Amino acid sequence: MPDADAARPPLLRALRETALTALLAFGLFLPLIGFNTFQNIRNELVLETRWRLLAAIVALLAGLRFLHVFVVRPLVAQRTLQTPSITLPSWTMPAVLGFVIVYPLLAMLIAGPGAGKWIDNFGIQILIYVLLGWGLNIVVGLAGLLDLGYVAFYAIGAYTCALLGKNFDLSFWMMLPLAGILAAFWGVLLGFPVLRLRGDYLAVVTLAFGEIIRLVLINWKDVTQGNAGIGGIPRPTFFGLPFNASPEGFAAQLGLEFSPLHRPLFLYYVVLIAVVLTAIVIGRLRRLPVGRAWEALREDEIACRSLGINTTNAKLAAFAAGAFFGGLAGAFFTARQGFISPESVNFSESALVLAIVVLGGMGSTVGVAIAAVVIIGGTELLRELTFLKQIFGAEFDPAQYRMLLFGFAMVLMIVWKPRGFIGTRDPTITLRKHKAIDTTLAREGRG
Amino acid sequence: MEVFVQQLINGITLGSIYGLIAIGYTMVFGIIGMVNFAHGDVFMVSAFIALIAFLILTTWLGVGSIVLALLIVLIVAMLLTSLVNWAIERVAYRPLRGSFRLAPLISAIGMSIFLSNFVQVAQGPRNKSIPPMFNEVITLISGRGYDVTLSYKQLAIWLVTAVLLVAFWILVSRTALGRAQRACEQDQKMAALVGINVDRTIAMTFVIAAALAAVAGTLYLTIYGVVRFDDGFVPGVKAFTAAVLGGIGSLPGAVLGGLLIGIIETMWAEYVSSAYKDVAAFSILAIVMIFLPQGILGRPDVEKV
Repeated sequence: MPDADAARPPLLRALRETALTALLAFGLFLPLIGFNTFQNIRNELVLETRWRLLAAIVALLAGLRFLHVFVVRPLVAQRTLQTPSITLPSWTMPAVLGFVIVYPLLAMLIAGPGAGKWIDNFGIQILIYVLLGWGLNIVVGLAGLLDLGYVAFYAIGAYTCALLGKNFDLSFWMMLPLAGILAAFWGVLLGFPVLRLRGDYLAVVTLAFGEIIRLVLINWKDVTQGNAGIGGIPRPTFFGLPFNASPEGFAAQLGLEFSPLHRPLFLYYVVLIAVVLTAIVIGRLRRLPVGRAWEALREDEIACRSLGINTTNAKLAAFAAGAFFGGLAGAFFTARQGFISPESVNFSESALVLAIVVLGGMGSTVGVAIAAVVIIGGTELLRELTFLKQIFGAEFDPAQYRMLLFGFAMVLMIVWKPRGFIGTRDPTITLRKHKAIDTTLAREGRG
Repeated sequence: MEVFVQQLINGITLGSIYGLIAIGYTMVFGIIGMVNFAHGDVFMVSAFIALIAFLILTTWLGVGSIVLALLIVLIVAMLLTSLVNWAIERVAYRPLRGSFRLAPLISAIGMSIFLSNFVQVAQGPRNKSIPPMFNEVITLISGRGYDVTLSYKQLAIWLVTAVLLVAFWILVSRTALGRAQRACEQDQKMAALVGINVDRTIAMTFVIAAALAAVAGTLYLTIYGVVRFDDGFVPGVKAFTAAVLGGIGSLPGAVLGGLLIGIIETMWAEYVSSAYKDVAAFSILAIVMIFLPQGILGRPDVEKV
């Protein structure tokens, strides 16, 4: 019907599409938005209607459709195909690094004693997710192996720390590398059987592995204490000095006044050092033969094999490297919380990290870091905005909406810019001239 | 022995539901080669649609006959879920034809997250339960303190599943739409050249998959009487396991796989460990995919350059 459509005036056409969208949206949202089910006092499920909300959503979608058809589409059609190139000024990296180094001090300066929240919830948490994002980025973004059970390695790192710390009294510094190495070992162990699977099968099998590990953590109560989780995990010390108010504590020994901020501050810098080291390692890995093999593997596995690349080793290395960073992130997680339960390692956590990698543009180290800051920081910020509660009512919890938004953003991102905002599909190493290629061109086989 | 027969009956009932969902996976995989990760959540959405339709019919419109109410619920759920899946295909998968290989899968994962969280936000995170119905049972074997029973619910599920499978089989093997689907499965470009509307055929595949998932959703609600926003994930994975076990792309395989998974799960829960029953299902998934990726009735997948 495009021919019949083209003959109509644009406004009429836009109105027609708007009406269709409204009708479709009405049909889609009628049952789940139009009616609400809830339990009454007698514990029976009863219904109430929400016509105004339904009308608002239908109107919103219809309005967006109208804007898209009538305003955006002609604009896009006029624009000629151009390759967007974002070049960051050379001082960006030092500036960002400088900012993250002084960030906790700034937080303390501005927020005073309340800075703990800013250092812990924003600083450390975001950095842990950056680490997780980079780890998964090696597997998904560089090697092109979609791993849906990534959180398993996070869990292994976290539980390694928790169990070794509780049962054998190992210090955090002993456990940190152990957590990474054990996770990497499991990465190889789980990676090995799935190597010959095609891409989407691999995704589902890794998902199954992730779930198996979670279910074992829940059910193996003798060791993991099941759903109750493990608490009281020994916290990291400053070279043997614990962060507490005792005379042997960090503050007393160094002659400082005790402050609960010392531990998050210390942990922040430890995680920051780990993140910086990770960035350097990943940057190096990408230039090594194995890193180049990963990127080649992502583009075309058969071509890779014909060129004599050992795809088994390359894939295992990707799994191991990704799992290693996941394990480190898990160790930092227990260090931050002092508590771990299977609740923190369910599928939605894997999905969240995957969302970070996808929205950051798969393969882009900078993009993934930005996505982690925006997604995790954004969620935490939403929690802080108390005035939203006044608008939407006291029960409004923005955390509920975050996965909803991320899920939809993932779809939009893949449909609209499959390589991310920053990720033009640059190989790390190029022969002679460096060319940035837009995804649309790459898809057509040019470049 | 009685316990075994009883578990077999329960397993077949559960397996019918898995089989109906598995057909959706296998059809979509057959035609566009994509693991429709969101299919389990479409199933969950259909159960919610059925729940709301059921409540409207019984509490507001006062439909007295449960059978009539369930029949209307089934039709409403099939229609609305089809609409949902049609819209999903249009928004999230159609623009990705010809994109890189993992793109539709990632899009489907995004859709899956979106759907379950949408239901959580729209309908709340709690269990939604309806009063039990059809509690009458037929006693098949009685004695020695353990009665083997077949409830009317289970009988109804078997019947509905069987009738729909026959109807579906006729649709795929005897109609123009089924022929178009099989053509698209073989070669989309050639199908387009001989005048088949490929986009419409794929959209219809999603619609049929959703309709069968809606049947599964309604049956699930009837037998368990309770549904929650995250109920799509585990049944979805199990149904996918069923599709792979039966041989992905093969329709009888999906049903066979569904029945097998249902029976294995109930037997495992009875004789081995009910806490680890999901571990059994996930392990079967991993083992089948690694050692028997073509499934029981499937064709081996040849890798082409």
